[in-house]
Amino acid sequence: MLSYIGRRLLVSAPILVISSFLIFVLVAAAGDPLADLRGRNPPVPESVIQTRERLLWLNHPLPNRYWHWLTGIVRGDFGPSIKGVNVGSDLAHRMLVTGRMVALAMILAVLFAIVTGVISAVRQYSGIDYTFTFAGFLFLSMPVFWFAALLKEFLAIKLNDSLGRTVIYTIGDSTPDLSGNFFQRLPNYAGHLVLPTIALAAVTYASWSRYQRSAMLDVLGSDYIRLARAKGLSRRRVMVRHALRTALIPLTTIVAVDIGAILGGAVITETVFAWHGMGEMLIQSVTDQDVNRTLAWLMVAGVVVILFNLLADLLYAVLDPRIRYA
Amino acid sequence: MPPRPIDATDTSVVESASADILLDVQDLTVDFPTDDGVVHAVRGVSYRLEPGQVLGIVGESGSGKSVTSLAILGLLPRTARLGGSVRFRGTELLGRSDHELMKVRGDKIAMIFQDPMTSLNPVYSIGWQIVEALRAHHEVSRHDAAERTVELLDLVGIPRPRERAANYPHEFSGGMRQRVVIALAMANNPDVIIADEPTTALDVTVQAQILETLKKAQQETHAAIVLITHDLGVVAGMADRVLVMYAGKPVEIGNVDDVYYRPRMPYTIGLLGSLPRLDATDQERLTPIAGSPPSLINLPAGCPFSPRCPMREQVCEREEPALRHTDGIEHQAACHFSGSLAAEDAVPGDLFAATSADVAEPMAVVEAGGGPSAVQPSVRRSRPGKGTTP
Amino acid sequence: MPDIDRDELSAPAPVHGTPTGAAPGGQPGIDVGRNPAGGAPLQEREFTVRVRTQREMVFRRFLSHRLAVGSLVVFVLLLLLSLVGGRFWRFSYADVIAGDYSLPPSLTHPMGTDGIGHDVFAQVLRGSQKSVQIALLVSLLSTVVGTVIGAVAGYYRGVVDNVLMRFVDLVLTVPLIAILAVLGARVSAKSGNWLIVALVLAGLLWAPISRIVRGLFLSLREKEYVEAARALGANDGRIIFRHLLPNALGSIIVNATVIVAVAILTETALSYLGLGVKRPDTSLGLLISDGQAAAQTRPWLFYFPGLFIILIALTVNFIGDGLRDAFDPTQTRVRA
Repeated sequence: MLSYIGRRLLVSAPILVISSFLIFVLVAAAGDPLADLRGRNPPVPESVIQTRERLLWLNHPLPNRYWHWLTGIVRGDFGPSIKGVNVGSDLAHRMLVTGRMVALAMILAVLFAIVTGVISAVRQYSGIDYTFTFAGFLFLSMPVFWFAALLKEFLAIKLNDSLGRTVIYTIGDSTPDLSGNFFQRLPNYAGHLVLPTIALAAVTYASWSRYQRSAMLDVLGSDYIRLARAKGLSRRRVMVRHALRTALIPLTTIVAVDIGAILGGAVITETVFAWHGMGEMLIQSVTDQDVNRTLAWLMVAGVVVILFNLLADLLYAVLDPRIRYA
Repeated sequence: MPPRPIDATDTSVVESASADILLDVQDLTVDFPTDDGVVHAVRGVSYRLEPGQVLGIVGESGSGKSVTSLAILGLLPRTARLGGSVRFRGTELLGRSDHELMKVRGDKIAMIFQDPMTSLNPVYSIGWQIVEALRAHHEVSRHDAAERTVELLDLVGIPRPRERAANYPHEFSGGMRQRVVIALAMANNPDVIIADEPTTALDVTVQAQILETLKKAQQETHAAIVLITHDLGVVAGMADRVLVMYAGKPVEIGNVDDVYYRPRMPYTIGLLGSLPRLDATDQERLTPIAGSPPSLINLPAGCPFSPRCPMREQVCEREEPALRHTDGIEHQAACHFSGSLAAEDAVPGDLFAATSADVAEPMAVVEAGGGPSAVQPSVRRSRPGKGTTP
Repeated sequence: MPDIDRDELSAPAPVHGTPTGAAPGGQPGIDVGRNPAGGAPLQEREFTVRVRTQREMVFRRFLSHRLAVGSLVVFVLLLLLSLVGGRFWRFSYADVIAGDYSLPPSLTHPMGTDGIGHDVFAQVLRGSQKSVQIALLVSLLSTVVGTVIGAVAGYYRGVVDNVLMRFVDLVLTVPLIAILAVLGARVSAKSGNWLIVALVLAGLLWAPISRIVRGLFLSLREKEYVEAARALGANDGRIIFRHLLPNALGSIIVNATVIVAVAILTETALSYLGLGVKRPDTSLGLLISDGQAAAQTRPWLFYFPGLFIILIALTVNFIGDGLRDAFDPTQTRVRA
């Protein structure tokens, strides 16, 4: 088992390094950090341009720049931002903000996917199956920004009106200058979390639910389920201990591997609700051509994806003894 | 629906006088509604099982033999429609709720399935799965259950049972896995063990071992066994009685000697003739049955075997023969002409021509113009011209 | 998936339906022949089995899926509307109709007008034209590239497989939206920028397809008929194209439809963020971005573009589902 983990780690490390290089090349090729300076009217003095050039190491060849940046990252220094922001600490703060939404949305989506998928499978071709399936397809086809905007404009306002006070917030991730300890601030966070989480979870659960349904159908038709029933086990025990246990295994991989798409969805959702999280950071840094900030974002995203892939492999090995010794 | 044979009732009168009947199947029918129509998978199976008896159920794929057993334990899908009666020790099983059947399954009636590679749950150790079976029906501590598990594994011939109980199914070979499944079936000392094609998915060399293990299981538990297979050789070594099924119905039932040496239904005769035998002289060729089993959706009237039967007559296409006694009360066959078969003491070569090719027409060695009464015990090497064209 | 070219009527009854030799006339059936006792010929006792090609069977199964067929019809209509509708509609997306601002839907303006005086229907047509063009191109390109790479990786295995799959891992590491954002900010508002968006999307979306095709080929190549073909002297190319690819085709086609839906949703999201198709051209995402503030007061600005996206993606998804069932019906059969 340990050797399995070791091997997976060994494969991931070079991927991370090569990713970092590709990311660097991508940003270098696609962006021009000096564009806003050059294009101004009245023209900006040459000295200002050169100062920024030196700041961003743009006067060095690409490989040197890359190495400089990479070694910086390892030490925790993400490099200077054009806007003067401390990339590192800003990133850390925003990761927490986005993190709570993504985590909550994933948990919700997984639970919902399992419940709807399993019920759909067990009651195949029933009214409930068709309802769940149709709902799933609907959310699968729905643009998350549209749904989020819908929730924002209608659900929030109606609910707040009927309750007489603002319970569900539509702007931002928390009210600025919030005081009190963590638990006192929690309802505020929760109120801001509700809509974005629902939006993100809604578009995410749909494909997982379909997947879970077909995985469950496969398992339910298998021989070992029949044997379990023939052993005289209760229906519930067969369903939970035998069917569900085995049917959940492929889902873990799917969920972990979809993290890239979920992050993408989070970016969009945050934009709708004007959150000060990773989404805003990406849009800002890309629009500003703030290379180091963009690089930092991409790097963190890459690490998260690779980590989650590793986690998926690990979970799979834990859950399915057949591959532990592969 | 063919009328219920009066003879069968006579049989029941005789048999109920003997030892208590474990399993009493009466006119069991199973229908599956599908998009293309209703599939009549089982069309009236009746048999009785006494304690310690081994009943072999023989038939081709699609004859309904597996469905019969699944019906007994209520393991068919919800869409299946069951009819008739299945009594275990006098209690009716058909139509019972899942909750009630739970108590019977695995405890009083156990089942062994065909494919050992997929019968066991891959994510639990085999020891865990046996313990689960034990604790489902008895109040035992985990420790005692574990001890019993090791005992069982030893009984079925798993080497180093204590260690290997913690292993997962994929760490065993097919034969070993089937032994585990047998151990599972034995675990609660059932009264009946239904073995549904236990050796079909295994190598021939392993087959013998599994049958030995099955015999051992029977010795240990004193259970009656229903052995379902398409392999007559497997049945010959173990069964006391044999039931031959075709197109969802029994066509012959009797003691193993009766059925093997005095078959009274052309299908049985054909089956026996298709069996390669080590003790056959090299003068004899196999006499296969031409054609394929019929569709169970649109069964035409009359005997379902008639398209392939070399003895068919007009009556065979009009009326499906009922099971009737032939020689002796314990031996029944469903054929209009079992009498003449008895009279001639027919063997496969008499009815089915020896041929090396599958042909469209059944080859009958029958004088033109005569009925089955004209069946001549022919020279075994008769080779009608038509049959040998590929 | 049937591995042979010809298949038979799929009666679920366990008929050993191998034709026992073609009777004259070419229609295999169990010809029962004559009554040897010399009477009238016996009628046929079993229904005859008609031979159908695999393509026919898939077709028939798809047609029996009413939802999928309905979706196909709607999708084709939407396609026509999107691609050529703009040319026939009396307004163009760029037209500013003086005096007609913020009008609710009417006969002249079936989807109303926006605050400047654009006809929303014209805008929606233009936007969906862009989205559909991009989606179709992306699906085509990424499917072709993904299939080739996946097939090579799955068939040759070993080092080739490893290298290719690590490459795929790399491509899949960073979220799609992020890469598109980085590249998109650079792209100016030229008229050809939809092509660039399409190319970039295709350049990333081939990766998941290649994984799926690789998995398929890995399992398919183990089938006995591959060994048989090799024993008969078939070279790699022939095996891949004549044997493996046709059997993988079902999954590939289904995935192609999924990509269409994904592409539409991604492109509209990108435009919503301001990083995709830019003004003065329009996209459904852009329209929603403009219209969301007015969702309460002028709902037609918000709903119509959104519903269009949903409709296109939904019909594509249903078609894909219908295709999936048509190619592999085992999941829909009642379990016996």
